[in-house]
Amino acid sequence: MILPNGWEMVVGLEVHTELLTKSKLFCGCENHFGSEPNTNICPVCLGLPGSLPVLNREAVDFAMRIGMSLHCTIAPSTFHRKNYFYPDQSKDYQISQYDLPINSGGFLDLPDGSRVSIERAHMEEDTGKSTHLGGSGRLAGADSSLVDYNRCGVPLVEIVSGPDIRSSAQARAYAAELRGILIATGASDGRLEEGSMRFDANVSVRQSGAPLGTRCEIKNLNSLRSLQRAIDYEALRQIDLIEGGGVVRQETRHWDENLSETSTLRVKEDADDYRYFRDPDLVDLAPDQGWQDRVRAALPAMPAERRAGVVALLDDVTDAQLDAVEVVIDLGLEKYVHAVAEASGDASLAVARTANELAADLDNVANLTTEAFVTTVLMEQRGELSATQAKTVLAEVLISGADPRDVAAAKGFEQLSADSLGSTVASLIKAHPDEWSRYRDGDDKLAQFFIGLVMKLTRGQANGKAVIAELQARR
Amino acid sequence: MSNAITRDEVAKVARLARLILSDAELDLFTEQLGQVLEHAADMNSLDLADVVATAHPFGLTNVVREDVVIASLDRDAVLAMAPDARDHRFAVPRILGEAP
Amino acid sequence: MKSALQIAADVRSGASSANDELERTFSVIAERNEELNVFLHVDFEGARRVARDVDERVARGEDVGPLAGVPIAIKDNMCQVGIPTTCSSKILEGWRPPYDATVIQRIVAAGAVPVGKTNLDEFAMGSSTENSAFGPTRNPLDPSRVPGGSSGGSAAAVAADMTSISLGSDTGGSIRQPAALCGLVGVKPTYGLVSRYGLVAFASSLDQIGPFARTVTDSALLLEVLAGHDPKDSTSLPEPSPSLLAHLNDGVAGQKIGLVRELVEGADDSVVTAVRSAADALREAGAEIVELSLPELALTLSAYYLIAPAEASSNLARFDGVRYGLRVNAVDVTTMMEATRTAGFGAEVKRRIMLGTYALSAGYYDAYYGQALKVRTLTINAFARAYEQVNLLLGATTPGVAFKFGAKTEDPMAMYLNDVFTIPTNLAGDPALSVPFGTGEEGLPIGVQLLGPGRSEAQLFAAARVLEIADGRS
Repeated sequence: MILPNGWEMVVGLEVHTELLTKSKLFCGCENHFGSEPNTNICPVCLGLPGSLPVLNREAVDFAMRIGMSLHCTIAPSTFHRKNYFYPDQSKDYQISQYDLPINSGGFLDLPDGSRVSIERAHMEEDTGKSTHLGGSGRLAGADSSLVDYNRCGVPLVEIVSGPDIRSSAQARAYAAELRGILIATGASDGRLEEGSMRFDANVSVRQSGAPLGTRCEIKNLNSLRSLQRAIDYEALRQIDLIEGGGVVRQETRHWDENLSETSTLRVKEDADDYRYFRDPDLVDLAPDQGWQDRVRAALPAMPAERRAGVVALLDDVTDAQLDAVEVVIDLGLEKYVHAVAEASGDASLAVARTANELAADLDNVANLTTEAFVTTVLMEQRGELSATQAKTVLAEVLISGADPRDVAAAKGFEQLSADSLGSTVASLIKAHPDEWSRYRDGDDKLAQFFIGLVMKLTRGQANGKAVIAELQARR
Repeated sequence: MSNAITRDEVAKVARLARLILSDAELDLFTEQLGQVLEHAADMNSLDLADVVATAHPFGLTNVVREDVVIASLDRDAVLAMAPDARDHRFAVPRILGEAP
Repeated sequence: MKSALQIAADVRSGASSANDELERTFSVIAERNEELNVFLHVDFEGARRVARDVDERVARGEDVGPLAGVPIAIKDNMCQVGIPTTCSSKILEGWRPPYDATVIQRIVAAGAVPVGKTNLDEFAMGSSTENSAFGPTRNPLDPSRVPGGSSGGSAAAVAADMTSISLGSDTGGSIRQPAALCGLVGVKPTYGLVSRYGLVAFASSLDQIGPFARTVTDSALLLEVLAGHDPKDSTSLPEPSPSLLAHLNDGVAGQKIGLVRELVEGADDSVVTAVRSAADALREAGAEIVELSLPELALTLSAYYLIAPAEASSNLARFDGVRYGLRVNAVDVTTMMEATRTAGFGAEVKRRIMLGTYALSAGYYDAYYGQALKVRTLTINAFARAYEQVNLLLGATTPGVAFKFGAKTEDPMAMYLNDVFTIPTNLAGDPALSVPFGTGEEGLPIGVQLLGPGRSEAQLFAAARVLEIADGRS
């Protein structure tokens, strides 16, 4: 979206991601989404008097993986208490990193070549969840609320970008790329619908080149689509407000997906005095070089590197192919592309089949060996299977895990033998002498005419390339 | 009467701390907190710009536990100590504003 | 009254039984608890069960442990499964923790029999036990006087011969001061030596659990059981627990002990005299006494009364009426929290929450809390400098003997000043103990304080033992 009248939006994102540890950040309760309410609670995460937190080593590893993937500096860090009263927070303070975060000063390069700076990626604990009774089920208008502390104390990393984003599309691309990185590190499952990744967007507008405007924070956006739409809505709202003579007020806003609008959630108040101070129950965190090296050594390739690896296989890359590559990377299917490209020499076919056929049946991809996939694509490439047959075989192999050659045989997809194809082609040439002579005189377009006839006769079982080969041989 | 802290500041702090103070208590606390803060003025006369703050007596670092799940508390027992519980959750009267 | 050491020996040898010792404790409680208000809760049933278990294990020939069958009183700010834990506050009235503090597990594993929970100043905030929501504890030596605080109940339990040993917690003197006022040995261990897991926090960076006992030996016996690394407490020291009993009679020959001017200045004459006699006794036992001054200690009271309330304001936020304890109903959750906290906390707790909230709040953090943390550094440095010259330090524990009820309740600052000698070591994290030495006004006991560098408990006990003998106490 292009903003009117020379306006520019300035966006920074705060992304919270839950970490895929087995236990919570400061206690041994299970970190699990979807458990029965209040079944994953203990003295520590319930904030019982006398309980004390002890930091989860795996959470530190994940936090460092995230930081390393975002080119951050890893530095000695501390935990603070952010003090505010709220019922879903069992101690009425949140343990969070404040002035000394574990990761700071990194960047994230987006597929379009733009770079977004990362100010920090720090560790903190999640809060519990409230269910609101009465009214609309939302907080406003409820009579009372019920609190489940299962999520209280689940480890989070909050990744704060610089105010470098200039469009909602770029914000979306940033969020998508970051999601890919978080999944690649193993730190997060990236499940937006379960709230394991949540976006807050800080949005302001200004005339290009002018100083930064007052920002509003849109809270808890839980899909890429919402993120993009909310940012556009909010930028336009602020522009309308300013052009109408109004002033943007610093506040927190809520995005309503159904109404497609943001509305005021809370205005920044004097009461927002969190009295941060070092948590005296926790000690400094300063992973030494050995610890950092172990984490770095276990770091898998990031999406950008993997994307470049696939793109490098392709000659002149089209936009459509780039989209297909994105699907492959996003789904982590590039090993299939690499295997097929190596065996067949046809990277384009490898990307297309992976992005279409495998992506369509993700649930069963785990059943598919690279060997089986390579075999199927090679059978197609050699003309032993038509494109349609190859897709049918692949679909079956994905479900059953059977050998593709057996599947083809069982389906009766044994290739039309060269002999039988040859005699079919010969009879068609006889039946259409005019077209044949035009083809023989160099009109290649007529190849399609003959392929169409062969397909009709063989009910699609022939291979187009094989037909052309037969035609060429008789030219 | 001390002027280290004003009555308005005491009232504001009470709101932050979720305490309700009567007028008499506000007066008393303004006086008493003022005395403690005035006593603390002996610190403020020092130039401590070059002194590092100590939040903790001993400099332990990297105290961590392994990522192992241990048994949680029995839900019924925990909810039994709650002032109000419904549907296996802790019940509270309506929440006026969003969390920060 | 038998010592804990003797009780354990008798129970192990069969000369006595855990059950007999426990019933003796119950009979003294029955005699004196109503008058003195020492125990808020006596766990008759649970204690008898534990005692029976000890006796059965002795009968089977098992080694029950160094505290076999010893009845012990627990300050009511330590969690024990199923036993009311109130911190002497209405806000926790009726709450029964679903878990044990690490110290409870350790003493039970050593064969001790926890008999009940003792009174304290609400959330350990106070120096007289007058701030308890359940009434003050009286000093068994003179019931018109306070036992000191905040661990007044645990001190009185031993002073009244209800138990031979008890557990207290010391944030700014809450073990040493009541020990001094009740004529007992009281120890504030090195920060991190004893696990804080299950101790309801007052000021987390200062709190330590420690023993009360009549004798230095019993103190060392109990601290050996309490000390040791606990993976549930991130601030727990990683080193194994020190050997204390083995060094009790090491004496002080060749030791250099510093008599600290700032730890005597302003004390009553009788207290100053007692400290000077203690110095003489140590000198006679072969120590070299040097007088020294640590001017930084004059600042510690101010720093303490900002740091401790700041931490407390956050630690006590969780008492909000949502999950446990008191709730005062209201139409919305914010009003409910305010009503609950207003009704549930006493005046001193509110005062400290207010002070701490203010010290941390925007615009005042640097001037108050931040500055106090720097004074903390100065305190640590001052002690470190002293311990380059001497092995241990000597001073008074309190400015005077046990005072009368109401003597200081109207003036918080006067009450706070009562902690002036005990606070510095809490800020430094170092160990210190109070040992009875001489008497003052109306024959009331005086405590002298011995201080040492981190993990110097063995030397402190050896020096205290010298004073105990010199004072004719054993």
